Amino acid sequence: MNSLPEPVADRGGPAQPLLIARDLRKYFPLGGGARVHAVDGVSFSIAKGETLGIVGESGCGKSTLARLLMQLMPRDAGELILDGDPVGGPHGISVAAMRRQVQMVFQDSASSLNPRLPVQDSVAFGPRVHGRSRSAALEVARAALRQVHLDPALIGPRYPHELSGGQKQRVNIARALAIGPRMVVLDEAVSALDKSVQAQVLNLLVQLRRDLDLTYMFISHDLAVVRHISHRVLVMYLGQVMEVGPVAQVFAAPRHPYTRALLASRPSMDPARRTETLAISGDPPNPVDLPPGCRFAPRCPHAEAVCTAANPALAGGADHLAACLIQVPGSGHSQAPGLEAAA
Amino acid sequence: MSAPLLEIADLDVAFHGDGTPVQALSGVSLRLDPGQVLCIIGESGSGKSVTLRAMMRLLPERRARIGGQISFAGRDVLAMTDRQLRAMRGREMAMIFQEPMTALDPVYTIGAQIAETVRRHLGGTQAAARARALDMLERVGVPSAARRLDAYPHELSGGLRQRAMIALALSCGPQLLLADEPTTALDATVQIQVLLLLRRLQAELGMGIVFVTHDLGVAAEIADRVAVMYAGRIVEEGSVAEVLGRPAHPYTAGLLASSVEHVAPGAEIAAIPGAPPDLRALPPGCSFAPRCRHAVAACDATVPPPVRPGPGRMARCFTPLGFAPSGHAVEEHVA
Repeated sequence: MNSLPEPVADRGGPAQPLLIARDLRKYFPLGGGARVHAVDGVSFSIAKGETLGIVGESGCGKSTLARLLMQLMPRDAGELILDGDPVGGPHGISVAAMRRQVQMVFQDSASSLNPRLPVQDSVAFGPRVHGRSRSAALEVARAALRQVHLDPALIGPRYPHELSGGQKQRVNIARALAIGPRMVVLDEAVSALDKSVQAQVLNLLVQLRRDLDLTYMFISHDLAVVRHISHRVLVMYLGQVMEVGPVAQVFAAPRHPYTRALLASRPSMDPARRTETLAISGDPPNPVDLPPGCRFAPRCPHAEAVCTAANPALAGGADHLAACLIQVPGSGHSQAPGLEAAA
Repeated sequence: MSAPLLEIADLDVAFHGDGTPVQALSGVSLRLDPGQVLCIIGESGSGKSVTLRAMMRLLPERRARIGGQISFAGRDVLAMTDRQLRAMRGREMAMIFQEPMTALDPVYTIGAQIAETVRRHLGGTQAAARARALDMLERVGVPSAARRLDAYPHELSGGLRQRAMIALALSCGPQLLLADEPTTALDATVQIQVLLLLRRLQAELGMGIVFVTHDLGVAAEIADRVAVMYAGRIVEEGSVAEVLGRPAHPYTAGLLASSVEHVAPGAEIAAIPGAPPDLRALPPGCSFAPRCRHAVAACDATVPPPVRPGPGRMARCFTPLGFAPSGHAVEEHVA
């Protein structure tokens, strides 16, 4: 029996994106006028039923982006639109109404559960907050646990320390489902799991997406996992979007030199064909002292003087865009096509 | 065949706490030749890090009961005195970690730490030790090495700290480097840099490396040989190409099959069902049998002895994949 709450009804129809983010910004002041540019003008949309993967290295802003979406921290600028409704502000829907539709699962499965509560109570907490009676909330919790293939009678009364890492992460997914969300933000949700358990949880996520018509935003540093689960992928570097497009296209024909470097940095799975040359050297720079112009230029093998002049906007084809002057006809970069090519 | 650099025979480690002892290692045997790179692959709790720490006698000896033999360059490591251990660690056998701040002292500069290690083990003047430190930082590819000598660990980025820790570990020219997931916490573009660096330094300095990882791709990049661990036992060993290309143990095959690299996007991954056993209550037979599609009755009764499915290979399995089974007939296989 499935007694999960019904999701909030669709409003805009299938053509209207479930979530639109416009020019999101978040800066953390450091004192002395310095700021960490954690998220610096990020825009994207996620269609209904779609999974958008977000990849990037530490400090690229992908986790801050998730926290901005969930309203876990206030944004400094930008707009969020959920199925046509702005979130927050005088004319928008409330944060509570947004969270009824968008839920989040974190990387650390242990610290996101209350160690003093049986896991069924942690799962029931959301439905309680959203107005169910104690017994009705527990019934929802049991249904949610069944949905993630945990036996509610066996696992429900246990405490988090009595569960394995994979079971705890299933409980966290159940807790997100117990609200009846339309969208789940997964922030490195399978990254801490051992490979054999990670495969089980990925299979579960794919199955839930199909069975419950869920939309995912899937954040990970693991390119292989993102490729497996995502329909589209967005590549971030130092708080900005470097490339966005359908996952097959981005992996097969990356347009941004940073995406190419990321893909080339994956270890070979074949000992007979080991990586011999580095695609990129150095570490990702500090998001405080930003270089002028393109943020990737200091590490980019194709950088020219023109790249340090202005920060390139996303450009390119219809749905596969890259923020690189090489993509812009007549940009002045020696590898860019001429203006007549665009005409 | 040359004398092995490291030889471990029947190593058992059990940890005693308040409750039931945790059997972390059961009968681990390994051999490493000079200049060889061995990767120990395993998931959390498989015993890979305990094996590494046992080699350097870093386990808490009041709580750990250790049995078996560890021989390093012909000497019995388990019989060494504290003084002998201090002389060996950092000089002949060095270790690098996942988190460089476990190895670096936050209140001393990088240069001072390397120079102190050099003087302690090799003697010489402060100026010579500092010159050695500079040379090491240059070797590991730290840019502006002369300036970085006077940097404190917190002033370096994650990738540079990892390089500084490698410089410190290699400063006295060890014959054996123990590496405990040194690239796991690094970003993808930095991980491959550190792997290529270790491969180059290994070739230049000719040391042996035991490299612990959970990542098959890392092993494919750096290992000569791999040993796969499960629940405190080595279940399979062989050359990296053979073990990854033609696994004999069903657990190794399961790990390879459950890699997302090997399935079409969105398709069902062939995940290994279940979870590893509790090390406080290991099953009497093969620890992997409860999760194994190929298990037969014998697997639950006794721990499979090591078999040699091919030259230079070992598997602890009654029904090694793609090889003639040992111990019972083919007809017993469960489809």
